[in-house]
Amino acid sequence: MKLTLKIWRQNNTQTKGELKTYQVDNITDDMSFLEMIDVLNEGLVQKNEGPVAFDHDCREGICGMCSMVINGKPHGPSDAVTTCQLHMREFKDGDTIFIEPFRANAFPVLKDLVVDRGAFDRIQQAGGFVSVNTSGNTIDANAIPVPKENADMAFDAATCIGCGACVAACKNSSAMLFVSAKVSQFALLPQGAPERKERVLKMVEQMDKEGFGACTNTGACAAECPKEISLENIARLNREYLSASFSSK
Amino acid sequence: MSLTGLFLTSFLVVHLIGNLQLLKADSGFSFNAYAVFMTTNPLIKTVSWGLYAIIILHAVKGLALAVENKKTRNVKYAVDAGNSNSHWTSRNMGILGTIILAFIVVHMSDFWFSYKFGETPWKKYTIEFANPEQINVEEISGVTKSVNIVSETHQVLIAKDLYLKVKETFSNVIFVIFYVLSMFAIMFHLWHGFASAFQSLGINHPKYNPLIRSLGIVMAVIVPLAFAIIPVYMFLN
Repeated sequence: MKLTLKIWRQNNTQTKGELKTYQVDNITDDMSFLEMIDVLNEGLVQKNEGPVAFDHDCREGICGMCSMVINGKPHGPSDAVTTCQLHMREFKDGDTIFIEPFRANAFPVLKDLVVDRGAFDRIQQAGGFVSVNTSGNTIDANAIPVPKENADMAFDAATCIGCGACVAACKNSSAMLFVSAKVSQFALLPQGAPERKERVLKMVEQMDKEGFGACTNTGACAAECPKEISLENIARLNREYLSASFSSK
Repeated sequence: MSLTGLFLTSFLVVHLIGNLQLLKADSGFSFNAYAVFMTTNPLIKTVSWGLYAIIILHAVKGLALAVENKKTRNVKYAVDAGNSNSHWTSRNMGILGTIILAFIVVHMSDFWFSYKFGETPWKKYTIEFANPEQINVEEISGVTKSVNIVSETHQVLIAKDLYLKVKETFSNVIFVIFYVLSMFAIMFHLWHGFASAFQSLGINHPKYNPLIRSLGIVMAVIVPLAFAIIPVYMFLN
């Protein structure tokens, strides 16, 4: 397979970037999208050109590192996969593919396709955890009964890998789907109850501070989410936030 | 946005019920009586000032939301995902809202302003209850206040003839087209807006979602279409 790639090249956060055109050959159907870029980079290195910087780690769809917008869609054209799980068989010989970084002011470009998603870490640090006594008398989590349905919903929310595709897909660069998943996974479980109100208020406050936009319910986030996090989580976040705002001290 | 939006949507239903009086072939008696009720009832008058405030609040909040959200992405994508992951109405609420606001300004100056401050002729309707089909209409002048007297045998209504003003407006094809197109803007605005309001309030539940969806279709399709039928009907008659 022979492809024309239009890839965003940008030296660092301060400089302006631009789309550059590359040709890549000898791509097979069973390669992943990242392997295709590996092939391109090998060629660039041989020509003494700088390779295209991109984030990747596990290459099996669970780490949430890969972050590219392929032909306008975060993680490319396939549903419910990350870029590393996207196969080249989704493309045709002779295709032109646009590859851009996740674009949002809250995710500044560090280099080429690598963006700084530290904003998500700071939102998590603001309240996306359960304080557990680790002094040696920790209670077994299974000692607390949890309805199966709630456990399943909490698990579904917890499958969010924090990749940021929701922000990249949203016309408002809103991080609501991510925050809603992180709030929901605790709101649905008794273990999350003690810090429930404080958690949602602090996480939303941090989200706003980071410069993400407001949710207008377009649904693009859930449509592009590689883990198919549902919009029901955003409704739950809104409920949690409303009730915490009314009753917090 | 959600609370003000739902309030404005509920107003549409009330407004439509009133407007359907225009379709009655009674020389405007029902419609003019409705207009008198809407402009003299103290409760309705209070609610209507609240309504104007909520229209402005909804517009100002919407504008602020659009501006703030626009600022979150300085470098745009070279390729836009378009309709592949969201409905176009959801991405264009600001534009649709602006069209609706422009419509409201034209609409209010057409009818509300001319009814309240303009030169509108007065009509006197007399109905004998023994023969309610027969409505006696006469033009009168020198009146400054509407009167509605209901006795055991008959009703006399003296009111500004807003019906005539509506009829005149909708004899102009440009206005008819403008009104019908504006109703489509409302249709698309509500197609996203109605369900979105519930989502923003945290109401997304398998038990209630079918009801919200059905109500959404009624509000977004049937209500604007019913509104749009009125100018077309009046133009053709």
